[in-house]
Amino acid sequence: MPKKGMEQFHVRDRTKRNAIRYWGILQKGIGNLFLFVCTLIWIFPFYWGVVNSFKTEQAMFEIPPQFFPKQFTWHNYVELFNRTLIFRWFVNSVVVSFITMLLVCVISSMAGYAFSKLRFRGRDQIFYFIISLMMLPHYILLVPLFRLMKSLGWFDSYLGLILPGLAVPFGVFLMKQFIQTIPSEIMEAARIDGCNEFLIFTKIVVPMALPAIGSLAIFEFVKSWNDYVWQLIVISSDEMKTLPLGVAGLKQETVIQYGQILAGATLSALPIIVIFIAFQKFFTKGITLGAVKG
Amino acid sequence: MSKHFVKSLKQDLRGYLFIAPSLICFLVFLAYPAVEAVRISLFKINMRSSQFVGLDNFIRLTHDVTFKQALWNTFKYVIYVVPIVVVFSIFIAMLIYSKSEKAAAFYRGVFYIPTVASVVAVSLVWSSILDPVIGVANYLLSVLGIEPVSWLADPNTAFLSVVFIIVTWSVGQPIILYTASLGAISKDYYEAALIDGANKWKMFFYVTWPLLKPTTLYILVITTMHAFQTFAVINLLTKGGPYGTTSSVVYELYQTAFLNSDFGYASAMGVVLFALIGIVSFLQFKFLASKFEY
Repeated sequence: MPKKGMEQFHVRDRTKRNAIRYWGILQKGIGNLFLFVCTLIWIFPFYWGVVNSFKTEQAMFEIPPQFFPKQFTWHNYVELFNRTLIFRWFVNSVVVSFITMLLVCVISSMAGYAFSKLRFRGRDQIFYFIISLMMLPHYILLVPLFRLMKSLGWFDSYLGLILPGLAVPFGVFLMKQFIQTIPSEIMEAARIDGCNEFLIFTKIVVPMALPAIGSLAIFEFVKSWNDYVWQLIVISSDEMKTLPLGVAGLKQETVIQYGQILAGATLSALPIIVIFIAFQKFFTKGITLGAVKG
Repeated sequence: MSKHFVKSLKQDLRGYLFIAPSLICFLVFLAYPAVEAVRISLFKINMRSSQFVGLDNFIRLTHDVTFKQALWNTFKYVIYVVPIVVVFSIFIAMLIYSKSEKAAAFYRGVFYIPTVASVVAVSLVWSSILDPVIGVANYLLSVLGIEPVSWLADPNTAFLSVVFIIVTWSVGQPIILYTASLGAISKDYYEAALIDGANKWKMFFYVTWPLLKPTTLYILVITTMHAFQTFAVINLLTKGGPYGTTSSVVYELYQTAFLNSDFGYASAMGVVLFALIGIVSFLQFKFLASKFEY
Protein backbone atom coordinates (compact mmCIF):
# COMPACT_ATOMS: atom_id res chain seq x y z
CA MET A 1 0.00 0.00 0.00
CA PRO A 2 2.47 2.63 1.02
CA LYS A 3 4.61 1.65 -1.96
CA LYS A 4 1.76 2.36 -4.39
CA GLY A 5 1.13 5.69 -2.78
CA MET A 6 4.73 6.59 -3.13
CA GLU A 7 4.66 5.73 -6.80
CA GLN A 8 1.62 7.90 -7.42
CA PHE A 9 3.25 10.77 -5.67
CA HIS A 10 6.37 10.26 -7.73
CA VAL A 11 4.49 10.31 -11.06
CA ARG A 12 2.55 13.43 -10.18
CA ASP A 13 5.76 15.07 -9.16
CA ARG A 14 7.37 14.17 -12.48
CA THR A 15 4.56 15.57 -14.62
CA LYS A 16 4.65 18.72 -12.55
CA ARG A 17 8.41 18.91 -12.98
CA ASN A 18 8.03 18.42 -16.72
CA ALA A 19 5.41 21.14 -16.90
CA ILE A 20 7.72 23.53 -15.13
CA ARG A 21 10.55 22.57 -17.44
CA TYR A 22 8.46 23.05 -20.61
CA TRP A 23 7.21 26.38 -19.31
CA GLY A 24 10.82 27.39 -18.77
CA ILE A 25 11.79 26.32 -22.29
CA LEU A 26 8.79 28.16 -23.73
CA GLN A 27 9.70 31.34 -21.86
CA LYS A 28 13.26 31.09 -23.08
CA GLY A 29 12.01 30.51 -26.62
CA ILE A 30 9.77 33.58 -26.53
CA GLY A 31 12.64 35.62 -25.12
CA ASN A 32 15.01 34.51 -27.83
CA LEU A 33 12.42 35.13 -30.54
CA PHE A 34 11.97 38.67 -29.24
CA LEU A 35 15.73 39.15 -29.22
CA PHE A 36 15.94 37.87 -32.79
CA VAL A 37 13.20 40.22 -34.04
CA CYS A 38 14.80 43.20 -32.30
CA THR A 39 18.19 42.32 -33.78
CA LEU A 40 16.59 42.34 -37.23
CA ILE A 41 14.95 45.72 -36.60
CA TRP A 42 18.23 47.21 -35.35
CA ILE A 43 20.36 45.83 -38.19
CA PHE A 44 17.90 46.32 -41.03
CA PRO A 45 18.44 50.09 -41.53
CA PHE A 46 22.16 49.49 -42.04
CA TYR A 47 21.57 46.70 -44.52
CA TRP A 48 18.92 48.72 -46.30
CA GLY A 49 21.00 51.87 -46.50
CA VAL A 50 23.98 50.05 -47.98
CA VAL A 51 21.95 47.93 -50.39
CA ASN A 52 19.97 50.87 -51.72
CA SER A 53 23.06 52.97 -52.24
CA PHE A 54 24.13 50.36 -54.81
CA LYS A 55 20.80 50.20 -56.66
CA THR A 56 20.08 51.81 -59.99
CA GLU A 57 17.63 54.70 -59.96
CA GLN A 58 14.86 52.61 -61.54
CA ALA A 59 15.35 49.81 -59.03
CA MET A 60 14.85 52.31 -56.18
CA PHE A 61 11.25 52.87 -57.28
CA GLU A 62 10.35 49.24 -57.89
CA ILE A 63 7.49 47.70 -55.96
CA PRO A 64 7.94 45.18 -54.48
CA PRO A 65 11.39 46.47 -53.59
CA GLN A 66 14.40 44.29 -54.33
CA PHE A 67 15.59 43.08 -50.95
CA PHE A 68 18.72 41.93 -52.66
CA PRO A 69 19.57 44.05 -55.72
CA LYS A 70 19.73 42.20 -59.01
CA GLN A 71 22.21 44.69 -60.37
CA PHE A 72 24.97 46.46 -58.44
CA THR A 73 26.05 49.92 -59.59
CA TRP A 74 28.54 52.47 -58.31
CA HIS A 75 26.53 55.17 -60.07
CA ASN A 76 25.35 56.92 -56.88
CA TYR A 77 28.86 57.09 -55.48
CA VAL A 78 30.36 58.36 -58.75
CA GLU A 79 27.68 61.06 -59.00
CA LEU A 80 28.29 62.10 -55.41
CA PHE A 81 32.02 62.50 -55.94
CA ASN A 82 31.52 64.41 -59.22
CA ARG A 83 28.75 66.67 -58.07
CA THR A 84 29.63 67.53 -54.45
CA LEU A 85 32.68 68.26 -52.31
CA ILE A 86 32.27 64.95 -50.50
CA PHE A 87 35.98 64.16 -50.56
CA ARG A 88 36.75 67.50 -48.96
CA TRP A 89 34.03 66.90 -46.34
CA PHE A 90 35.57 63.53 -45.57
CA VAL A 91 39.01 65.09 -45.10
CA ASN A 92 37.51 67.79 -42.86
CA SER A 93 35.82 65.19 -40.68
CA VAL A 94 38.99 63.12 -40.34
CA VAL A 95 41.17 66.15 -39.51
CA VAL A 96 38.73 67.61 -36.99
CA SER A 97 37.93 64.34 -35.24
CA PHE A 98 41.56 63.25 -35.09
CA ILE A 99 42.90 66.51 -33.68
CA THR A 100 40.03 66.80 -31.18
CA MET A 101 40.66 63.25 -30.03
CA LEU A 102 44.39 63.81 -29.63
CA LEU A 103 44.06 67.06 -27.69
CA VAL A 104 41.30 65.78 -25.41
CA CYS A 105 43.40 62.75 -24.51
CA VAL A 106 46.45 64.87 -23.72
CA ILE A 107 44.74 67.48 -21.59
CA SER A 108 42.42 65.00 -19.85
CA SER A 109 45.25 62.69 -18.79
CA MET A 110 47.26 65.67 -17.56
CA ALA A 111 44.33 66.87 -15.45
CA GLY A 112 43.43 63.33 -14.38
CA TYR A 113 46.98 62.83 -13.13
CA ALA A 114 46.97 66.10 -11.20
CA PHE A 115 43.58 65.45 -9.59
CA SER A 116 44.48 61.93 -8.50
CA LYS A 117 48.17 62.08 -7.62
CA LEU A 118 49.31 65.68 -7.01
CA ARG A 119 48.54 67.85 -3.99
CA PHE A 120 47.64 71.48 -4.46
CA ARG A 121 45.33 73.97 -2.87
CA GLY A 122 41.71 73.90 -4.07
CA ARG A 123 42.17 70.54 -5.78
CA ASP A 124 38.96 68.93 -4.61
CA GLN A 125 36.87 72.07 -5.04
CA ILE A 126 38.07 72.50 -8.61
CA PHE A 127 37.40 68.84 -9.32
CA TYR A 128 33.82 69.07 -8.02
CA PHE A 129 33.33 72.22 -10.06
CA ILE A 130 34.37 70.31 -13.20
CA ILE A 131 32.10 67.38 -12.33
CA SER A 132 29.17 69.75 -11.86
CA LEU A 133 29.80 71.07 -15.38
CA MET A 134 29.13 67.53 -16.61
CA MET A 135 25.47 68.11 -15.79
CA LEU A 136 25.21 71.20 -18.02
CA PRO A 137 22.78 70.52 -20.87
CA HIS A 138 24.93 71.10 -23.92
CA TYR A 139 22.36 72.57 -26.31
CA ILE A 140 21.59 75.44 -23.96
CA LEU A 141 25.12 76.74 -24.57
CA LEU A 142 24.71 76.87 -28.35
CA VAL A 143 23.72 80.54 -28.60
CA PRO A 144 26.50 81.96 -26.36
CA LEU A 145 29.07 79.64 -27.99
CA PHE A 146 27.99 80.76 -31.45
CA ARG A 147 28.36 84.41 -30.45
CA LEU A 148 31.74 83.65 -28.88
CA MET A 149 32.93 82.01 -32.12
CA LYS A 150 31.75 85.03 -34.11
CA SER A 151 33.55 87.52 -31.89
CA LEU A 152 36.78 85.49 -31.80
CA GLY A 153 36.69 85.09 -35.59
CA TRP A 154 36.51 81.30 -35.31
CA PHE A 155 33.17 81.00 -37.09
CA ASP A 156 33.31 78.70 -40.14
CA SER A 157 36.83 77.50 -39.37
CA TYR A 158 38.74 74.49 -38.05
CA LEU A 159 39.33 76.34 -34.78
CA GLY A 160 35.59 76.73 -34.31
CA LEU A 161 35.04 73.05 -35.04
CA ILE A 162 37.81 71.78 -32.76
CA LEU A 163 38.32 74.03 -29.73
CA PRO A 164 34.85 73.96 -28.10
CA GLY A 165 35.04 70.16 -28.37
CA LEU A 166 37.98 70.14 -25.96
CA ALA A 167 35.80 70.85 -22.93
CA VAL A 168 35.07 67.26 -21.89
CA PRO A 169 34.54 66.90 -18.11
CA PHE A 170 33.90 63.20 -18.67
CA GLY A 171 37.47 62.80 -19.96
CA VAL A 172 38.99 64.30 -16.81
CA PHE A 173 36.70 62.19 -14.64
CA LEU A 174 37.55 58.98 -16.52
CA MET A 175 41.30 59.60 -16.39
CA LYS A 176 41.21 60.53 -12.72
CA GLN A 177 39.33 57.35 -11.86
CA PHE A 178 41.82 55.25 -13.76
CA ILE A 179 45.08 56.90 -12.70
CA GLN A 180 43.95 56.65 -9.08
CA THR A 181 44.34 52.88 -9.35
CA ILE A 182 48.03 53.16 -10.30
CA PRO A 183 50.11 52.68 -7.12
CA SER A 184 51.72 55.97 -6.01
CA GLU A 185 54.86 54.10 -4.91
CA ILE A 186 55.98 53.78 -8.54
CA MET A 187 55.88 57.55 -8.96
CA GLU A 188 57.55 58.13 -5.59
CA ALA A 189 60.39 55.84 -6.59
CA ALA A 190 60.87 57.72 -9.84
CA ARG A 191 60.82 61.01 -7.96
CA ILE A 192 63.57 59.81 -5.61
CA ASP A 193 65.57 58.74 -8.65
CA GLY A 194 65.42 62.36 -9.78
CA CYS A 195 62.64 62.26 -12.38
CA ASN A 196 60.79 65.55 -12.75
CA GLU A 197 56.99 65.74 -12.90
CA PHE A 198 56.96 65.92 -16.67
CA LEU A 199 59.04 62.76 -17.05
CA ILE A 200 56.96 60.92 -14.45
CA PHE A 201 53.85 61.85 -16.39
CA THR A 202 55.12 60.88 -19.85
CA LYS A 203 57.24 57.85 -18.91
CA ILE A 204 55.18 56.27 -16.15
CA VAL A 205 51.62 57.58 -15.94
CA VAL A 206 50.77 57.68 -19.64
CA PRO A 207 52.02 54.16 -20.48
CA MET A 208 50.18 52.72 -17.49
CA ALA A 209 46.99 54.61 -18.27
CA LEU A 210 46.91 53.51 -21.92
CA PRO A 211 43.79 51.30 -21.60
CA ALA A 212 41.78 54.26 -20.31
CA ILE A 213 43.34 56.64 -22.83
CA GLY A 214 42.36 54.17 -25.57
CA SER A 215 38.73 54.19 -24.45
CA LEU A 216 38.67 57.96 -24.24
CA ALA A 217 40.33 58.31 -27.66
CA ILE A 218 37.76 56.16 -29.42
CA PHE A 219 34.90 57.84 -27.61
CA GLU A 220 36.11 61.28 -28.52
CA PHE A 221 36.77 60.40 -32.15
CA VAL A 222 33.25 59.06 -32.55
CA LYS A 223 31.68 61.93 -30.61
CA SER A 224 33.51 64.52 -32.64
CA TRP A 225 32.68 62.80 -35.93
CA ASN A 226 28.99 62.71 -34.99
CA ASP A 227 28.69 66.19 -33.48
CA TYR A 228 26.23 67.21 -36.16
CA VAL A 229 24.47 69.92 -34.16
CA TRP A 230 27.54 71.99 -33.35
CA GLN A 231 28.87 71.57 -36.89
CA LEU A 232 25.53 72.75 -38.22
CA ILE A 233 25.82 75.95 -36.22
CA VAL A 234 29.47 76.83 -36.58
CA ILE A 235 29.89 76.07 -40.30
CA SER A 236 28.37 78.02 -43.16
CA SER A 237 30.52 77.44 -46.26
CA ASP A 238 30.43 74.32 -48.40
CA GLU A 239 34.21 73.79 -48.20
CA MET A 240 34.27 73.73 -44.39
CA LYS A 241 31.44 71.22 -44.01
CA THR A 242 32.07 67.91 -42.30
CA LEU A 243 30.89 64.66 -43.82
CA PRO A 244 27.68 64.26 -41.77
CA LEU A 245 26.83 67.92 -42.31
CA GLY A 246 27.42 67.73 -46.04
CA VAL A 247 25.43 64.54 -46.40
CA ALA A 248 22.55 65.99 -44.36
CA GLY A 249 22.53 68.91 -46.79
CA LEU A 250 21.71 66.54 -49.68
CA LYS A 251 18.24 66.11 -48.25
CA GLN A 252 17.56 69.86 -48.52
CA GLU A 253 18.07 69.81 -52.29
CA THR A 254 15.05 70.45 -54.48
CA VAL A 255 15.11 66.99 -56.05
CA ILE A 256 15.60 64.36 -53.35
CA GLN A 257 17.81 61.58 -54.72
CA TYR A 258 17.62 58.81 -52.18
CA GLY A 259 20.29 56.74 -53.94
CA GLN A 260 22.89 59.44 -53.49
CA ILE A 261 21.69 60.37 -50.01
CA LEU A 262 22.07 56.77 -48.91
CA ALA A 263 25.48 56.52 -50.56
CA GLY A 264 26.51 59.57 -48.53
CA ALA A 265 24.98 58.12 -45.37
CA THR A 266 26.89 54.88 -45.94
CA LEU A 267 30.15 56.76 -46.41
CA SER A 268 29.59 58.83 -43.27
CA ALA A 269 28.67 55.86 -41.06
CA LEU A 270 31.09 53.27 -42.40
CA PRO A 271 34.38 54.55 -40.89
CA ILE A 272 32.78 54.82 -37.48
CA ILE A 273 31.20 51.38 -37.63
CA VAL A 274 34.53 49.84 -38.66
CA ILE A 275 36.25 51.61 -35.75
CA PHE A 276 33.51 50.47 -33.40
CA ILE A 277 33.72 46.82 -34.43
CA ALA A 278 37.51 46.87 -34.22
CA PHE A 279 37.58 48.46 -30.76
CA GLN A 280 34.33 47.25 -29.21
CA LYS A 281 36.10 46.17 -26.02
CA PHE A 282 37.32 49.72 -25.41
CA PHE A 283 33.82 51.11 -25.81
CA THR A 284 32.30 48.69 -23.34
CA LYS A 285 35.09 49.41 -20.88
CA GLY A 286 34.82 53.19 -21.28
CA ILE A 287 31.08 53.15 -20.76
CA THR A 288 31.23 51.03 -17.63
CA LEU A 289 34.27 52.88 -16.25
CA GLY A 290 32.67 56.27 -16.78
CA ALA A 291 29.49 55.29 -14.99
CA VAL A 292 31.11 54.15 -11.75
CA LYS A 293 28.65 54.66 -8.95
CA GLY A 294 29.18 57.86 -7.07
CA MET B 1 58.79 78.78 7.50
CA SER B 2 59.35 80.66 4.30
CA LYS B 3 61.14 77.69 2.81
CA HIS B 4 58.07 75.61 3.56
CA PHE B 5 55.90 78.29 2.03
CA VAL B 6 57.95 78.35 -1.17
CA LYS B 7 57.85 74.58 -1.37
CA SER B 8 54.06 74.43 -1.05
CA LEU B 9 53.71 77.25 -3.56
CA LYS B 10 55.82 75.25 -5.98
CA GLN B 11 53.65 72.23 -5.32
CA ASP B 12 50.51 74.25 -6.01
CA LEU B 13 51.96 75.64 -9.19
CA ARG B 14 52.85 72.17 -10.43
CA GLY B 15 49.25 71.02 -9.96
CA TYR B 16 47.80 74.12 -11.60
CA LEU B 17 50.11 73.68 -14.58
CA PHE B 18 48.78 70.17 -15.19
CA ILE B 19 45.12 71.14 -14.93
CA ALA B 20 45.43 74.50 -16.70
CA PRO B 21 44.73 73.38 -20.29
CA SER B 22 41.54 71.52 -19.32
CA LEU B 23 40.43 74.14 -16.85
CA ILE B 24 40.78 76.95 -19.39
CA CYS B 25 38.65 74.97 -21.88
CA PHE B 26 35.99 74.34 -19.22
CA LEU B 27 35.89 77.99 -18.22
CA VAL B 28 35.78 79.36 -21.77
CA PHE B 29 33.54 76.78 -23.45
CA LEU B 30 31.24 75.64 -20.62
CA ALA B 31 31.16 77.94 -17.59
CA TYR B 32 31.27 81.25 -19.43
CA PRO B 33 28.59 80.28 -22.00
CA ALA B 34 26.34 79.04 -19.17
CA VAL B 35 26.54 82.39 -17.40
CA GLU B 36 26.27 84.25 -20.69
CA ALA B 37 23.13 82.27 -21.62
CA VAL B 38 21.41 83.59 -18.51
CA ARG B 39 22.67 87.13 -19.08
CA ILE B 40 21.54 87.48 -22.69
CA SER B 41 18.14 86.00 -21.88
CA LEU B 42 17.52 89.41 -20.27
CA PHE B 43 18.42 91.28 -23.47
CA LYS B 44 16.83 91.90 -26.79
CA ILE B 45 19.67 90.95 -29.10
CA ASN B 46 19.98 90.56 -32.82
CA MET B 47 22.91 90.80 -35.21
CA ARG B 48 23.25 94.60 -34.74
CA SER B 49 21.86 95.84 -31.46
CA SER B 50 21.53 94.76 -27.87
CA GLN B 51 19.17 96.26 -25.31
CA PHE B 52 18.35 95.31 -21.72
CA VAL B 53 14.70 94.31 -21.44
CA GLY B 54 14.54 92.56 -18.06
CA LEU B 55 12.15 89.64 -18.00
CA ASP B 56 10.38 90.63 -21.22
CA ASN B 57 11.64 87.56 -23.08
CA PHE B 58 10.20 85.25 -20.42
CA ILE B 59 6.87 87.08 -20.43
CA ARG B 60 6.80 86.77 -24.20
CA LEU B 61 7.34 83.01 -23.83
CA THR B 62 4.17 82.62 -21.79
CA HIS B 63 2.14 84.03 -24.70
CA ASP B 64 3.97 82.09 -27.41
CA VAL B 65 1.67 79.33 -28.67
CA THR B 66 4.39 77.68 -30.79
CA PHE B 67 6.75 77.57 -27.84
CA LYS B 68 4.10 76.17 -25.53
CA GLN B 69 3.39 73.40 -28.02
CA ALA B 70 7.13 72.67 -28.29
CA LEU B 71 7.40 72.58 -24.49
CA TRP B 72 4.50 70.16 -24.22
CA ASN B 73 6.03 67.96 -26.95
CA THR B 74 9.34 67.97 -25.10
CA PHE B 75 7.62 66.63 -21.99
CA LYS B 76 5.94 64.04 -24.17
CA TYR B 77 9.32 62.96 -25.57
CA VAL B 78 10.62 62.48 -22.05
CA ILE B 79 7.51 60.62 -20.89
CA TYR B 80 7.57 58.27 -23.88
CA VAL B 81 11.29 57.74 -24.42
CA VAL B 82 12.61 57.35 -20.86
CA PRO B 83 10.38 54.48 -19.60
CA ILE B 84 10.62 52.62 -22.92
CA VAL B 85 14.42 52.86 -22.87
CA VAL B 86 14.71 51.68 -19.25
CA VAL B 87 12.28 48.75 -19.54
CA PHE B 88 13.52 47.65 -22.96
CA SER B 89 17.19 47.81 -21.89
CA ILE B 90 16.65 45.77 -18.73
CA PHE B 91 14.67 43.20 -20.69
CA ILE B 92 17.31 42.85 -23.42
CA ALA B 93 20.13 42.82 -20.86
CA MET B 94 18.40 40.01 -18.93
CA LEU B 95 18.17 38.03 -22.16
CA ILE B 96 21.80 38.45 -23.19
CA TYR B 97 23.87 38.59 -19.99
CA SER B 98 23.69 34.85 -19.37
CA LYS B 99 24.73 34.01 -22.93
CA SER B 100 28.32 33.18 -23.88
CA GLU B 101 30.76 36.09 -23.90
CA LYS B 102 30.87 36.09 -27.71
CA ALA B 103 27.09 36.13 -28.13
CA ALA B 104 26.70 38.83 -25.48
CA ALA B 105 29.33 40.96 -27.21
CA PHE B 106 27.51 40.51 -30.52
CA TYR B 107 24.16 41.66 -29.12
CA ARG B 108 25.71 44.57 -27.22
CA GLY B 109 27.24 45.61 -30.54
CA VAL B 110 23.95 45.31 -32.41
CA PHE B 111 22.15 47.62 -30.03
CA TYR B 112 25.03 50.05 -29.70
CA ILE B 113 25.75 50.51 -33.42
CA PRO B 114 22.98 53.10 -34.03
CA THR B 115 24.54 55.18 -31.23
CA VAL B 116 27.92 55.31 -32.94
CA ALA B 117 26.73 55.47 -36.55
CA SER B 118 26.10 59.15 -37.03
CA VAL B 119 22.65 60.48 -36.19
CA VAL B 120 22.62 61.88 -39.71
CA ALA B 121 23.16 58.50 -41.40
CA VAL B 122 20.59 56.74 -39.22
CA SER B 123 17.98 59.47 -39.70
CA LEU B 124 18.47 59.56 -43.46
CA VAL B 125 18.05 55.80 -43.80
CA TRP B 126 14.89 55.90 -41.70
CA SER B 127 13.53 58.72 -43.84
CA SER B 128 13.95 56.50 -46.91
CA ILE B 129 12.38 53.51 -45.13
CA LEU B 130 9.41 55.63 -44.02
CA ASP B 131 8.96 57.39 -47.39
CA PRO B 132 5.21 57.19 -48.14
CA VAL B 133 5.71 56.23 -51.80
CA ILE B 134 8.87 54.18 -52.18
CA GLY B 135 9.50 53.32 -48.52
CA VAL B 136 9.82 49.68 -47.54
CA ALA B 137 7.71 50.20 -44.38
CA ASN B 138 4.61 50.85 -46.42
CA TYR B 139 5.43 47.94 -48.71
CA LEU B 140 5.50 45.60 -45.70
CA LEU B 141 2.13 47.02 -44.59
CA SER B 142 0.68 46.46 -48.05
CA VAL B 143 1.74 42.80 -47.88
CA LEU B 144 -0.38 42.55 -44.73
CA GLY B 145 -3.20 44.35 -46.57
CA ILE B 146 -2.89 47.59 -44.62
CA GLU B 147 -3.31 51.01 -46.27
CA PRO B 148 -0.11 53.05 -46.75
CA VAL B 149 0.75 55.52 -43.99
CA SER B 150 2.49 58.91 -44.38
CA TRP B 151 4.63 58.18 -41.33
CA LEU B 152 6.40 61.50 -40.87
CA ALA B 153 3.80 63.71 -42.53
CA ASP B 154 0.72 62.47 -40.69
CA PRO B 155 0.08 64.19 -37.31
CA ASN B 156 -1.15 60.87 -35.91
CA THR B 157 2.04 58.94 -36.62
CA ALA B 158 4.84 61.52 -36.88
CA PHE B 159 5.44 61.89 -33.15
CA LEU B 160 5.53 58.15 -32.49
CA SER B 161 7.80 57.57 -35.49
CA VAL B 162 10.28 60.08 -34.07
CA VAL B 163 10.03 58.45 -30.63
CA PHE B 164 10.74 55.06 -32.19
CA ILE B 165 13.84 56.34 -34.00
CA ILE B 166 15.11 58.04 -30.84
CA VAL B 167 14.63 54.81 -28.87
CA THR B 168 16.62 52.78 -31.42
CA TRP B 169 19.77 54.76 -30.67
CA SER B 170 19.19 55.47 -26.99
CA VAL B 171 19.29 51.88 -25.73
CA GLY B 172 22.90 51.05 -26.63
CA GLN B 173 24.57 52.50 -23.56
CA PRO B 174 21.88 51.35 -21.07
CA ILE B 175 22.10 47.77 -22.36
CA ILE B 176 25.88 47.73 -21.93
CA LEU B 177 25.56 49.14 -18.40
CA TYR B 178 22.79 46.72 -17.39
CA THR B 179 24.62 43.65 -18.73
CA ALA B 180 27.71 44.73 -16.80
CA SER B 181 25.69 45.22 -13.59
CA LEU B 182 23.80 41.95 -14.01
CA GLY B 183 27.07 40.10 -14.52
CA ALA B 184 28.37 41.60 -11.28
CA ILE B 185 25.48 40.29 -9.13
CA SER B 186 26.69 37.36 -7.03
CA LYS B 187 25.00 34.00 -7.72
CA ASP B 188 24.69 33.52 -3.94
CA TYR B 189 21.75 35.93 -3.81
CA TYR B 190 19.80 33.84 -6.31
CA GLU B 191 20.65 30.58 -4.56
CA ALA B 192 19.49 32.02 -1.26
CA ALA B 193 16.28 33.22 -2.88
CA LEU B 194 15.76 29.79 -4.48
CA ILE B 195 16.10 28.08 -1.10
CA ASP B 196 13.55 30.53 0.30
CA GLY B 197 11.19 29.35 -2.45
CA ALA B 198 11.18 32.45 -4.66
CA ASN B 199 9.95 32.12 -8.24
CA LYS B 200 11.42 33.97 -11.23
CA TRP B 201 9.29 37.10 -10.80
CA LYS B 202 9.97 37.33 -7.10
CA MET B 203 13.68 36.93 -7.79
CA PHE B 204 13.55 39.79 -10.26
CA PHE B 205 11.63 42.17 -8.04
CA TYR B 206 13.30 41.35 -4.72
CA VAL B 207 16.86 40.57 -5.85
CA THR B 208 17.74 41.83 -9.33
CA TRP B 209 15.82 45.10 -9.43
CA PRO B 210 17.04 46.47 -6.06
CA LEU B 211 20.63 45.58 -6.96
CA LEU B 212 20.30 47.32 -10.33
CA LYS B 213 18.97 50.55 -8.83
CA PRO B 214 22.22 52.57 -8.91
CA THR B 215 22.59 51.72 -12.61
CA THR B 216 18.94 52.57 -13.20
CA LEU B 217 19.32 55.97 -11.54
CA TYR B 218 22.30 56.80 -13.74
CA ILE B 219 20.47 55.68 -16.89
CA LEU B 220 17.32 57.57 -15.89
CA VAL B 221 19.19 60.83 -15.38
CA ILE B 222 21.22 60.55 -18.60
CA THR B 223 18.30 59.46 -20.77
CA THR B 224 16.02 62.14 -19.35
CA MET B 225 18.61 64.80 -20.07
CA HIS B 226 18.99 63.61 -23.66
CA ALA B 227 15.24 63.32 -24.20
CA PHE B 228 14.75 66.89 -22.96
CA GLN B 229 17.22 68.01 -25.64
CA THR B 230 15.74 66.17 -28.62
CA PHE B 231 16.77 68.05 -31.72
CA ALA B 232 18.81 66.35 -34.44
CA VAL B 233 16.17 63.86 -35.63
CA ILE B 234 13.56 66.58 -35.75
CA ASN B 235 15.76 68.89 -37.77
CA LEU B 236 16.68 66.08 -40.14
CA LEU B 237 13.29 64.41 -40.57
CA THR B 238 10.26 66.54 -39.75
CA LYS B 239 11.37 70.17 -39.21
CA GLY B 240 8.96 70.19 -36.28
CA GLY B 241 5.96 69.37 -38.46
CA PRO B 242 3.31 68.31 -39.27
CA TYR B 243 1.47 71.19 -37.55
CA GLY B 244 4.20 71.45 -34.93
CA THR B 245 3.41 68.00 -33.51
CA THR B 246 7.07 66.91 -33.38
CA SER B 247 8.69 70.25 -32.50
CA SER B 248 10.76 70.47 -29.32
CA VAL B 249 12.18 73.28 -27.17
CA VAL B 250 15.67 72.88 -28.61
CA TYR B 251 14.26 72.88 -32.13
CA GLU B 252 12.38 76.13 -31.38
CA LEU B 253 15.54 77.54 -29.80
CA TYR B 254 17.51 76.65 -32.92
CA GLN B 255 14.94 78.26 -35.23
CA THR B 256 14.70 81.40 -33.12
CA ALA B 257 18.44 81.87 -32.77
CA PHE B 258 19.89 80.72 -36.05
CA LEU B 259 17.15 81.45 -38.56
CA ASN B 260 15.56 84.54 -36.98
CA SER B 261 18.69 85.81 -35.16
CA ASP B 262 16.58 86.53 -32.08
CA PHE B 263 19.33 85.54 -29.64
CA GLY B 264 17.90 86.94 -26.41
CA TYR B 265 14.56 85.24 -26.88
CA ALA B 266 16.26 81.95 -27.82
CA SER B 267 18.39 82.15 -24.67
CA ALA B 268 15.26 82.61 -22.58
CA MET B 269 14.02 79.29 -24.01
CA GLY B 270 17.36 77.76 -23.07
CA VAL B 271 17.11 79.05 -19.51
CA VAL B 272 13.60 77.62 -19.14
CA LEU B 273 14.80 74.23 -20.40
CA PHE B 274 17.85 74.40 -18.13
CA ALA B 275 15.62 75.03 -15.12
CA LEU B 276 13.30 72.16 -16.09
CA ILE B 277 16.15 69.69 -16.52
CA GLY B 278 17.61 70.84 -13.22
CA ILE B 279 14.31 70.36 -11.37
CA VAL B 280 13.61 66.95 -12.90
CA SER B 281 17.15 65.63 -12.24
CA PHE B 282 16.92 66.91 -8.67
CA LEU B 283 13.62 65.11 -8.15
CA GLN B 284 15.01 61.90 -9.64
CA PHE B 285 17.96 62.00 -7.27
CA LYS B 286 15.85 62.95 -4.27
CA PHE B 287 13.19 60.30 -4.72
CA LEU B 288 15.33 57.50 -6.05
CA ALA B 289 18.77 57.92 -4.53
CA SER B 290 17.54 57.81 -0.91
CA LYS B 291 15.97 54.41 -1.46
CA PHE B 292 19.17 53.06 -2.91
CA GLU B 293 20.82 52.21 0.38
CA TYR B 294 20.98 48.48 0.70
